[in-house]
Amino acid sequence: MQIKPILSALRHHKAGTILIAVQIALTLAIVCNALFIIQQRITMLTRSTGIDEAHLIRLQNQWVGVDDKHVGSLMQTDLDTLRRLPGVADAYATNSTPLSNGGWSTGIGLKPGGKGERVQTAIYFADDHTLDTLGLKLVAGRNFRSSEVVDQMQHDGLDPPQVIVTRAVADKFFPDGDAVGKRVYLGNKPSIIVGVVARLQVPWVGGWAANWEGRSTLVPRRLMASGTNFVIRAKDGQIDKVLHSAPAALLASDRMRVIPDDDGVVTFAQMRQEAYQSDRGMAILMGVICVVLLGITAAGIVGLTSFWVGQRRKQIGVRRALGATRRDILSYFLTENLLIGATGVVLGMLLAVGMNQWLMNTFEMQRLSWPWIVSGVIVLLALGQAAVLAPAIRASRVPPVVATRTV
Amino acid sequence: MFAYYLDLALRSLKRNKVLTALMVLAIALGIGASMTTLTVLHVLSGDPMPNKSAKLYYPQLDPRDLDGMRPDEEPPKQVSWIDGMNLLHAARADRQVLMTGGAGAIQPSNASIEPFFEDARFTTRGFFPIFDVPFLYGHPWSPQDDDASARVVVLSRKLNEKLYGGADSTGKVMHIGGKDFRIVGVIDTWRPTPHFYDLMTGNYSDSEGLYMPLTTAVDLKFPTNGSRDCWSNSANTDMKTANCTWLQFWVELDTPAKAAAYKQYLVNYSQQQKSLGRFQREPNVHLRDLMQWLDYNKVVPSDVHLQMWLALGFLVVCLVNTIGLMLAKFLRRASELGVRRALGASRRTVFAQLLVEAGAVGLVGGIGGLLLALLGLWLVRLQPSSYAQLAHLDLEMLAGTFLLAVGATLLAGLLPAWRACLVTPALQLKSN
Repeated sequence: MQIKPILSALRHHKAGTILIAVQIALTLAIVCNALFIIQQRITMLTRSTGIDEAHLIRLQNQWVGVDDKHVGSLMQTDLDTLRRLPGVADAYATNSTPLSNGGWSTGIGLKPGGKGERVQTAIYFADDHTLDTLGLKLVAGRNFRSSEVVDQMQHDGLDPPQVIVTRAVADKFFPDGDAVGKRVYLGNKPSIIVGVVARLQVPWVGGWAANWEGRSTLVPRRLMASGTNFVIRAKDGQIDKVLHSAPAALLASDRMRVIPDDDGVVTFAQMRQEAYQSDRGMAILMGVICVVLLGITAAGIVGLTSFWVGQRRKQIGVRRALGATRRDILSYFLTENLLIGATGVVLGMLLAVGMNQWLMNTFEMQRLSWPWIVSGVIVLLALGQAAVLAPAIRASRVPPVVATRTV
Repeated sequence: MFAYYLDLALRSLKRNKVLTALMVLAIALGIGASMTTLTVLHVLSGDPMPNKSAKLYYPQLDPRDLDGMRPDEEPPKQVSWIDGMNLLHAARADRQVLMTGGAGAIQPSNASIEPFFEDARFTTRGFFPIFDVPFLYGHPWSPQDDDASARVVVLSRKLNEKLYGGADSTGKVMHIGGKDFRIVGVIDTWRPTPHFYDLMTGNYSDSEGLYMPLTTAVDLKFPTNGSRDCWSNSANTDMKTANCTWLQFWVELDTPAKAAAYKQYLVNYSQQQKSLGRFQREPNVHLRDLMQWLDYNKVVPSDVHLQMWLALGFLVVCLVNTIGLMLAKFLRRASELGVRRALGASRRTVFAQLLVEAGAVGLVGGIGGLLLALLGLWLVRLQPSSYAQLAHLDLEMLAGTFLLAVGATLLAGLLPAWRACLVTPALQLKSN
């Protein structure tokens, strides 16, 4: 196939050629970045929390008219009620859970009183039932003992003698994997790491916790506050039953409490759904825009090429009369489109990288990797060829006799 | 002449229905997507107190110790009880209010309603005049009620409807957190967007249902909502003396001169507290007005900005597409235009005629875009995020939609029209 005549023909359609190339470039830049954002959001919303979400329920409970000091006995009674319930494997009370988007965080370090290097960690109140309830895997050390679990008032300093940390916290300070038995400081007094769990996500799913989403610390403390979260582990296949029986059992034992109607009792599957709703929405929106954008670009190519075919019927007829085969005509238009498309994607690659750079500066996006751009290029070139196929076939069917008619 | 051009345009558009539909569809999709995202952005970045925002200021102080101090560090976003009360009682501003978010457990006297928790605002009396809160029944509590930790409460209209069927409930007694409170007022529907006065409890939260004196709520140890930042880890459990910032403090300053004076007062206050040994850092104060405070806190979610840019990029591609299609459409009629030119039409009239055609496409695309924007906003409202219900098209945006659609399409029509009116009449006549 000779390229030179194509180029000289394109020179007569500068405006149209440039428009198609620009459109391809813009589409490539937007689609690459949009697909990249979709992929990032999907990675985020499929992250594991480290807990056995399929069996877990969170029940938000608020005792009414009780002084914080007297919460301990109420909590124990409620836990006994829940753990005895048919279908319930285990339960514990805590301040917060993964996917709840609200909780307690503090610095953790190797020196007391907030000095030295510190990293941010989420604080989860826990007891000796916590690991079993959440289905957390200990990779080193041991669980809390029931004798270690003590009460803590809301505004007291947090200095537990023992903590269990996630591997992300342990590796930060003890990269050799010998964290168990070592001292860390949340406040002024030392805490001994008694155990290390593989993974436990912090309560916040987005934004500010993004860089430390695996750094959690379990403290053997019961928070003396009138509002608490019960985490309940249901036995296999019993979760729907427990969803109804748990609040009913608590209300039957003591009516002086509030369990919110709307989100008081939820499964962790529902919490995951809710926590990532906006990320999923964003991914879907990006996807829809990509599809529509590709559709419009394809339609534009069809429209403009059809016009060119119509305009060049006579020339096509002459070429056919001079011996060009249908195949030659077909490949002429395909090559022409490929040339325009190639110009467009080269421009588009530059645009995509530039746009990504701008997004990185403005929206804390990551760097676009080459595979994304390359796949975008292939998609657009293929789209261009597919779009031009119909008008090109129509062109190849122009009979040679056309040449003799109007000239 | 315009009517004639319009007639010509419609004839021409009808002649090639697929191409016309494609252009209208592209414009409609681009405009629809852009207007949906722009409307959401417009709603979210609006001024919650248009008449007053320039007079409302949010003072920040830095009472922290020297641990972990970094140069040019921002002061905490809230104030401690001691500083809040000091500034409140100094009353150096025209008005001031000290408050925090919280919750109250309501045990309705009507047994058919289960006990429930209602979001509350624990605040000094200044809240109502400073934010122009409209009252449906009754009035705010008195300054004496603040001092005496009186058990008085103001309800929102919504809560009043839920508990008392919307009747005037002032004077009635209700049980909150196991205590008796006297209702002194009911406020009318009031929902500033964003929830600027306390961003710690959500940027776009609905306003609270219960309002009670701050001193009352703190004395009764009602649960507070929001964020609490503490320093120099101490075992102090008393919220009134602990080293924690957890209260929002707003002042109203009627003139810029007063604002400058107030900022100096904050510096002097910090200096004084440092010499008393309460503060350890050099005076580090900020006095942002309402809109600056919203900007600083990056209230509008970055996803909303991202969506807007994406939609605008989409619109640009749609427009480039339209330029291409219009070019094809106009040039295909080169012979017809050649005849018109040969019969004496000037380039300018041909140009005008083609632009009318482009404008017609833009207008129809605009109507389509409007429908798509309404659909898009309806979809946005189905989302669970706290700002979703606010996404409505106002008159300003409605007019904007049409301006954008017609303006953008005319712009897109310029190049094709100009190219088309360059045709040489003689050549066109000859070849046919």
